[in-house]
Amino acid sequence: MKEQLELILKNGLAEIQAAVSRDELEKARVKYLGKKGELTLILRSMGGLSPEERPVAGQLANKVREELTNAIENAFSEIAAKANAEKIKAETIDVTLPGASVELGKKHPLSIVLDEIYDIFSSMGFSIVKGPEVELDYYNFEALNIPKNHPARDTQDTFYINDNILLRTQTSPVQVRTMEKQKPPIRIIAPGRVYRSDPVDATHSPVFHQIEGLVVDKGITMGDLKGTLEVFAKELYGNDTVVRFRPHHFPFTEPSAEMDVMCFKCQGKGCRLCKGEGWIEILGCGMVHPEVLRNCGIDPDVYSGFAFGVGLERIVMRRFNIDDMRLLFENDLRFLKQF
Amino acid sequence: MNMPFKWLNDYVKIDKDPKEYASRMTMTGSKVEGWEDMGAEIENVVCGRILSIDKHPDADKLVVCQIDIGKDQPVQIVTGATNLKVGDLVPAALHPSKLPGGVVIKKTKMRGIESNGMLCSIAELGLTLHDCPYAIENGILVLPEEYGKPGDDIRKVLGFDETVFEFEITPNRPDCLSMIGLARETAASFELPLTLPDPVIKETTDDINNYLSVDIESDLCPRYTAAMAKDIVIKPSPKWMRDRLRNAGVRPINNIVDITNYVMLEYGQPMHAFDYSCIDDNHIIVRLSRSGETTKTLDGQDRVLADNTLLITDPKKVIGIAGVMGGENSEITESTKMIVFESATFDGPTVRVASRKIGMRTEASSRFEKGLDCENTMPALLRACQLVEELGAGKIIGGIVDAYPKKKQHRRIKLDSDRVNSFIGIDISKEQMEKYLLSLGFELEGDDIIVPFWRDDVEGFADISEEIARLYGYDKIASSSFAGETAVGGFTPRQKFERKLANDCFAFGFSEAKTLTFVGSKVFDALRLPSDSVLRKAVTIFNPLGEDQSMMRTTPIHSIMEVMARNYNFRAPSARIFEQATVFLPKLDEKGNVKTDELPLEKDILTMSLYGNGNFFTLKGCVNAILDDCGIKGYDYIPSSENPSYHPGRYAEIQASDGKVIGHIGQIHPEVSKKYGADTEIYMAELDCDILFELQDTEHSYHPLPRYPAVTRDLAVICDKGVYASHLEKSIKKGGGKNLELIEVFDVYEGAQVGAGKKSIAFALSFRSYDHTLTDDEINGAMEKILKLLNEECGASIRA
Repeated sequence: MKEQLELILKNGLAEIQAAVSRDELEKARVKYLGKKGELTLILRSMGGLSPEERPVAGQLANKVREELTNAIENAFSEIAAKANAEKIKAETIDVTLPGASVELGKKHPLSIVLDEIYDIFSSMGFSIVKGPEVELDYYNFEALNIPKNHPARDTQDTFYINDNILLRTQTSPVQVRTMEKQKPPIRIIAPGRVYRSDPVDATHSPVFHQIEGLVVDKGITMGDLKGTLEVFAKELYGNDTVVRFRPHHFPFTEPSAEMDVMCFKCQGKGCRLCKGEGWIEILGCGMVHPEVLRNCGIDPDVYSGFAFGVGLERIVMRRFNIDDMRLLFENDLRFLKQF
Repeated sequence: MNMPFKWLNDYVKIDKDPKEYASRMTMTGSKVEGWEDMGAEIENVVCGRILSIDKHPDADKLVVCQIDIGKDQPVQIVTGATNLKVGDLVPAALHPSKLPGGVVIKKTKMRGIESNGMLCSIAELGLTLHDCPYAIENGILVLPEEYGKPGDDIRKVLGFDETVFEFEITPNRPDCLSMIGLARETAASFELPLTLPDPVIKETTDDINNYLSVDIESDLCPRYTAAMAKDIVIKPSPKWMRDRLRNAGVRPINNIVDITNYVMLEYGQPMHAFDYSCIDDNHIIVRLSRSGETTKTLDGQDRVLADNTLLITDPKKVIGIAGVMGGENSEITESTKMIVFESATFDGPTVRVASRKIGMRTEASSRFEKGLDCENTMPALLRACQLVEELGAGKIIGGIVDAYPKKKQHRRIKLDSDRVNSFIGIDISKEQMEKYLLSLGFELEGDDIIVPFWRDDVEGFADISEEIARLYGYDKIASSSFAGETAVGGFTPRQKFERKLANDCFAFGFSEAKTLTFVGSKVFDALRLPSDSVLRKAVTIFNPLGEDQSMMRTTPIHSIMEVMARNYNFRAPSARIFEQATVFLPKLDEKGNVKTDELPLEKDILTMSLYGNGNFFTLKGCVNAILDDCGIKGYDYIPSSENPSYHPGRYAEIQASDGKVIGHIGQIHPEVSKKYGADTEIYMAELDCDILFELQDTEHSYHPLPRYPAVTRDLAVICDKGVYASHLEKSIKKGGGKNLELIEVFDVYEGAQVGAGKKSIAFALSFRSYDHTLTDDEINGAMEKILKLLNEECGASIRA
């Protein structure tokens, strides 16, 4: 019997080894381990053995069955693994084919830079406020110390609706509207569209955008104005930006200044971009005029403040090397998709 | 203001290179826009004396000249000019030389004879007869003997050896529209002494009171000062004055007119000279215009005078528009024998309005409208008289008529040095501050600063601070960061909401547009708005750039259609664009007319549009997603053919559950698209941001995830073609009860299989309960109920 069992094991293992498909393997399993299989038949015939032989033979038979079973299971997994590997291999794709098109919408370049400016100022504790574009003459001019027929009105060609209503020429009226409603401390920026009756060309548009800034509190100094705007310029243009403040005049600030940045192109030597000056004007600013504070019911002997106004288009055009302002308002997708 | 640098040296001795001068002046507040070397275009042109003139052997119209140019050997130049004689002093452009306009002169042969340069006419030197009244127009410029000697650089001879600085003078500083004003700023900026002219008249004759009286009848003329001269000889003014005027950009005319211009440039005080013989009754009256009055101004124009124009008159007629221009009837002419100099001040706004109404802005009016110092009229007048004497133009009549009803007083401001220091953020001594102020012409009396008369712009503490800060140097003020309570900045909830809407649009592939806000009335026609449409009631601009930009938009459709059409015409196969577009809705009275005395309502409309790569349902899907993202529930699309700008069969109003109109969605009417030049299906949605913000509900609270499975059933029904899917859905929802979790349309079919006038719609329904697994009985019950309602409410039956 021992010889028979060993023979079954030997033949069985050989046949399992030789099997290349699940079918052949199944056949081998039935042949050896099935209900009428060779091993089963031998086990059945064990009743004829002596009590001493039986455990020995039984042990051996179990071992043979175990080995065959394991071998069949391993062979099944191997075949499955092979089949799987082939299937995966057949699934190969050309990963260099183009991806399915998914298009994100693009933020307008004016919004891109405006968002940066929001970030810079909101991190300094400024709130963002807005005001009307169709505005009262009072807010746009009179309350800002620019009475009717003041020569400063010449520099801002105004669209009038009637004697008292106009399209705001600047975002500065938001200063007055804010100070009328809110008592110091005030820290705001006010972005928005403004209007001047300039025909459209490469550097002019009757509609453009400004950002107004206003800080009013006790003890605000001109040094604070410089410090704040220097941070702004560096955040916007990079840490190596050099700025200068030069005296200027605005009816609603005193002292007034314009902030220039050193020409990016020639580093102050003078070139075509900066018209030989070495500096490029960026914004107008100054200490809020006492009369303006008074017009808004704020005591200039107690409070002081600074204000500034910056044109958005000019910054955007410089940032992205855009040489024609009309592109910003034509909304050609070939343009918008570049940002 | 153009400032010749050598002229400046009359008052301040200064020798700086132009860049250094410009930079310092700019930093103390007088912005230099640029500077020009007046002789930059001329090179190697000298004075030459004609030694001989010989006929050209081979050309009748040419002569050969030998010219002494101060060297050992004369040079030979061939010319065609006929106005020359031996001994003449002429400008000779040598080999090689440059003339204005980029002209280069080199030696050449003219009909076989060598010519080593060119003799120049006034035009070739960039001059006119006004600059050289002694010259002739068509011929070589023959220089007066005293101008120079052979070999002298012509730039020096003709006064081109000058650097002229262009200043941008802000409207608050009319005093700096003058040589003296700029000299004062220069002296203060460079800490140099300032020497001002002190006009002295050596000899007078007679008494002005025998000839002239002046009355001021309007307080818009604070002061009118006049002087007179007789035995006037009108002739060109001397070379030095002509050169200075030319370099300052003023055309020389004759000695008297030049004097008035020279004094205006020097003192900043506009002057006028009248021919005395033209003043009736020896009497000048300054008064406001009478209705319908007319006059002819110096430029020969007849002008109707608006009411409240300030005039210079005599008892019979108008002789000048105050501060703007003199009248032709009293103009200085060749035959003028006696003159009246006017040196006056007028109310700035009055002059500004007058010059605007007449449409004439002069050197004088642009100064007067800024408000001039009435204490400046007298020195300027004296200076003019002195120049008359100096130029030998006439004899000064003794005395001055000075109508000056209310003498100007000095303004006084306390110097509070501590406050200045803390306001600016500096720490300088009071003595230093005083030094700065004194250098600008302020005077001090104890703690009082006495503001000079010419500085009407200095009104208080802040102005004094600026004077000190700008001379100290803005660049030396230490930058600081302001203290104060810490503030939380950033966006308001509304601003955050708008950014979220924009982010949704970006995610759906819509790019952001920024459009102009103007429209014209033709736009309303293009949008097919009926004549009584409320959208035609727009805020109208009084002085627009053109009719097509004369109103503020009441709808965003036009602006966005322009963008879509532009991209379509640039051959973009598809486009998705959005804008948070502000519209301007005027307040209307009961009759529906625009209330012009009130500001309009400004409203933001989230406007989305697409063409190509998508249709109505693409856009509707995006709108749904936005409304869902806003947490708005129960909104509805109400089909309508009432909106004239949209396709009558492809438009819906978007309504909130309470009936509020959230917005519009549809295909733009094909006629409208065609008008914009975009013959394609353009889809548009307009969502009212105010209402979205009001309805939004983004208070999120967690719902437990379902623990029991969902059961799905498909349901296909047949109904009349005209039945809306939304009505079917409503019936299904009603029938399905609370366990009906989801309804989706997955197929719509019209055709032979369902019969004419019918359609089939297939829904996928999903049922789920949160507290148990639904049984077949429960679902079957619900389905039966649904079918019943579909039949009763929509006439729909199950598709066999």
